[in-house]
Amino acid sequence: MSLQMSSSQTIGPYLHIGTDWLITTEMAGPDVQGERIRIEGRVYDGNGAPVTDALVELWQADAQGNYAGAGQPGAASGFRGFGRAPTDATGHFRFSTIMPGAVPGPGDSMQAPHIAVTVFARGLLKHLVTRIYFPDGAGHAGDALLNAVPAERRATLIAQPLPSGQAGSYQFDIVLQEGPSGRPETVFLDV
Amino acid sequence: MANQAQYRRPFHSTQPDYLYPPYGSTVKRAPSKPLIILPQTLTEVSGPVFGHEDVKAGDNDLTHQHAGEPIGERIVVSGRVLDENGRPVKHSLVEIWQANAAGRYPHKNDNHDAPIDPNFTGGGRTMTDEHGHYQFLTIKPGAYPWRNHFNAWRPAHIHFSLFGNAFAQRLVTQMYFPGDPLLPYDPMFTSIPDERARNRLISTFDWETTNPEYALGYRFDIILRGRDATPMEK
Repeated sequence: MSLQMSSSQTIGPYLHIGTDWLITTEMAGPDVQGERIRIEGRVYDGNGAPVTDALVELWQADAQGNYAGAGQPGAASGFRGFGRAPTDATGHFRFSTIMPGAVPGPGDSMQAPHIAVTVFARGLLKHLVTRIYFPDGAGHAGDALLNAVPAERRATLIAQPLPSGQAGSYQFDIVLQEGPSGRPETVFLDV
Repeated sequence: MANQAQYRRPFHSTQPDYLYPPYGSTVKRAPSKPLIILPQTLTEVSGPVFGHEDVKAGDNDLTHQHAGEPIGERIVVSGRVLDENGRPVKHSLVEIWQANAAGRYPHKNDNHDAPIDPNFTGGGRTMTDEHGHYQFLTIKPGAYPWRNHFNAWRPAHIHFSLFGNAFAQRLVTQMYFPGDPLLPYDPMFTSIPDERARNRLISTFDWETTNPEYALGYRFDIILRGRDATPMEK
């Protein structure tokens, strides 16, 4: 009676041909209000090697916690909330955006400020989903997702201040599979 | 109040697992730990909106992106994007990319000894209309070898990337062609456990969109996740 969702297939190694036109690493134009932040990181495989043919996409609310999507109250003017970056020859990606606001969660709860992340790559027959949270801890205690993740794995969802110490600059690495490098595997979500 | 009507999870065995050793690249890229199940929130049921400021008329014609016409068999690829409830997925972005007629991508990582076509890049995009309909004019891609295993060949295919209307509907897939003898040997195709689901990625030849004395028509409908009618109980 109902239809079944089409099967997923890998994005493959030649994703650039179809997706480069929409690369969006500067996510917030000059008129968008909010605290400017930068997020960068690397994607690693189970050998600890950088994944040089991944595509990372971001989806986030504006500084007031509003999404720009269809049927939503609307975000700050000109802020689409979408980012897309292919990883480079060292597996690296980088975005400039604004700090998202808290958004409603299940029941009466609020979700801590977060950015939804989608990862595509050769070798991923389905995309992976994770989230970026922020190290100030604001709202973490009441966040339904963070509470659902085993405490010892939660740190993989929290961006860290860049070692450079530049304010508003965060590092968020994505580890597809735990390997000999010892980097803990990123928590991925079944949404 | 903030509980969201949930997008249904895919029907059993219609989706590949992350780890599928016959496709070698999955072995070191598949997560080793189970995914954490997340009830969808506003974050997942909303999604980016694209429009005609992003996609221009003509972006769905891959045969007129250069000075001359590409070599190969012209084809019209069209269909509808629907959700599992059969409702059209309107005004949503569809991106495609593919090899040229000789099975070659103009990409630094493609070393296949087949000619580059200076008149074919192989990337296009369009927005679905209010009926969920989309259409591309392109050329039929060629099969090409890859190094997954001895004498490995990818069947002819077109990559599709769809945004739907929500983060939870995002889908990247591939469209195949009817009667392709390579399909049973392709580990990407066979990674889908359910045979009927697998076969739904094969387009069908379509007289209705075949353009007399110009191009053959292939039809490929894509189904994105559908949403339950009522919000999930807490």
